[in-house]
Amino acid sequence: MRALLLAVLLVLTGCSSSQEPTRTVTVFAAASLTEVFTAIGKDFEAANPGVRITFNFAGSSALAQQINQGAPADVFASAAPANMKQVTDALAPVTFTRNQLEIAVPKGNPGKITGLADFGDANRKIALCAEQVPCGAAAKKALAAAGVTGAPDTLEQDVKAALTKVRLGEVDAALVYRTDVKAAGAEVEGIDFPEAASAVNDYPIAVLGKAPNAADAKRFVDFVLSDRGKTALTNAGFTAP
Amino acid sequence: MNGRRVSRGRLPAVLVLPALVGLAFLVLPLVGLLLRTPWAELPTRLFSTGVGEALQLSLLCASLATVVCVVLGVPLAWVLARGELPGRRLIRALVTVPLVLPPVVGGVALLLVLGRRGPVGELLDSWFGVSLPFTTAGVVVAEAFVAMPFLVISVEGALRAADPRIEEAAATLGASRWLTFRRVTLPSVMPGVVAGTVLCWARALGEFGATITFAGNFPGETTTMPLAVYLALESDPQAAIVLSVVLLAVSVAVLASLRDRWVGG
Repeated sequence: MRALLLAVLLVLTGCSSSQEPTRTVTVFAAASLTEVFTAIGKDFEAANPGVRITFNFAGSSALAQQINQGAPADVFASAAPANMKQVTDALAPVTFTRNQLEIAVPKGNPGKITGLADFGDANRKIALCAEQVPCGAAAKKALAAAGVTGAPDTLEQDVKAALTKVRLGEVDAALVYRTDVKAAGAEVEGIDFPEAASAVNDYPIAVLGKAPNAADAKRFVDFVLSDRGKTALTNAGFTAP
Repeated sequence: MNGRRVSRGRLPAVLVLPALVGLAFLVLPLVGLLLRTPWAELPTRLFSTGVGEALQLSLLCASLATVVCVVLGVPLAWVLARGELPGRRLIRALVTVPLVLPPVVGGVALLLVLGRRGPVGELLDSWFGVSLPFTTAGVVVAEAFVAMPFLVISVEGALRAADPRIEEAAATLGASRWLTFRRVTLPSVMPGVVAGTVLCWARALGEFGATITFAGNFPGETTTMPLAVYLALESDPQAAIVLSVVLLAVSVAVLASLRDRWVGG
């Protein structure tokens, strides 16, 4: 955690000492937003010359803690309202998109996973997110809805870490977001399950009260909420709120 | 004699000042940790947040990893110090790579070799039905990988500093190399071996990156204290502080007792 903060600080000081007089917006965003926010950030930079977006992608709960401990963030986009509420400094959060879970299995489905019931099988290698992070909270809800007692082998600290274990073929299945399965491409196969509908995540976004660059931060949030942002989110597999 | 006392008695400020800053830099964060510790709730938290489980697992895994390191590392140090091998410098450099490698990278490397799809992991799985990731054994492997260089470097240093003439004398008296190693070499470098073992154990106890990458995180099986601290920090910082203080106390106590008994001063 300390190391992360230090890294963020180094990145920031590195930016301010570069030759071009650019303004920076630092966006702390849920790991599941990695691909789509990186793309939206590029669009935003193209539309707003002189503004640079730097991202810190991690589990929403880790990000909330970093912000509360004084990390110099301008914008926070969380994968669940609960983690947004942990941040005391968020100004009027708005729900900008939604996401739901899907079962991710390695290509070819070597563990022969068919549905959530297989998540209770101790003989299969299963990765879930830790309960503190939104994908873990959603997984808990979905498993409860299916009446399955999960038998995970590991509780990962964010959704991308869980997905990585699937990509490497180290687990037979993981519960991740639909958008992560889509972003992973051909390495990972997705299996839909009916209980996913009972664990849909709302994603809130907010400018932070102590934002070092509040004006551009507001502009970035508006950009995410604009039609261009919505289209990018929809294309990545997110659903409109 | 007078002038001598003066020159010995006054420490130059140019050395003392940075030394004090260095000391403060190392000690202040620990003081900060102690100042923020919720002492009043400490007892209840100690028995509520799975602290015992994580601590037990940490001590077990660090000790097993240290055994692995001693069994493999002392002979490796001996070969590096005494064996006339071609490319010894290269081997020594390779041995120390885990020292400079970010532990997460080490964890990824372990996963790629010993994971289910790795060349070695695949064989382990099909021959013995053994799968290391997400198991306590995996934690031991990750910790040993990261900690072994500390032991090897320390023991090798001691071996190189030892007088080879004593070993030669043993050889002229008819002792085999194995007997010489056991009865002459090993006792003479014992302080180095003990110091290396302690360092190795301490490094294993604090291991985080390689462990969470290779062994994952599951309470009672792979969640060691550093992992528990990291995860608690995200949801309950107070619990994280309690866990940190416990880990701090245990490591200081073990290191202090070992130093007094074995290393001296």
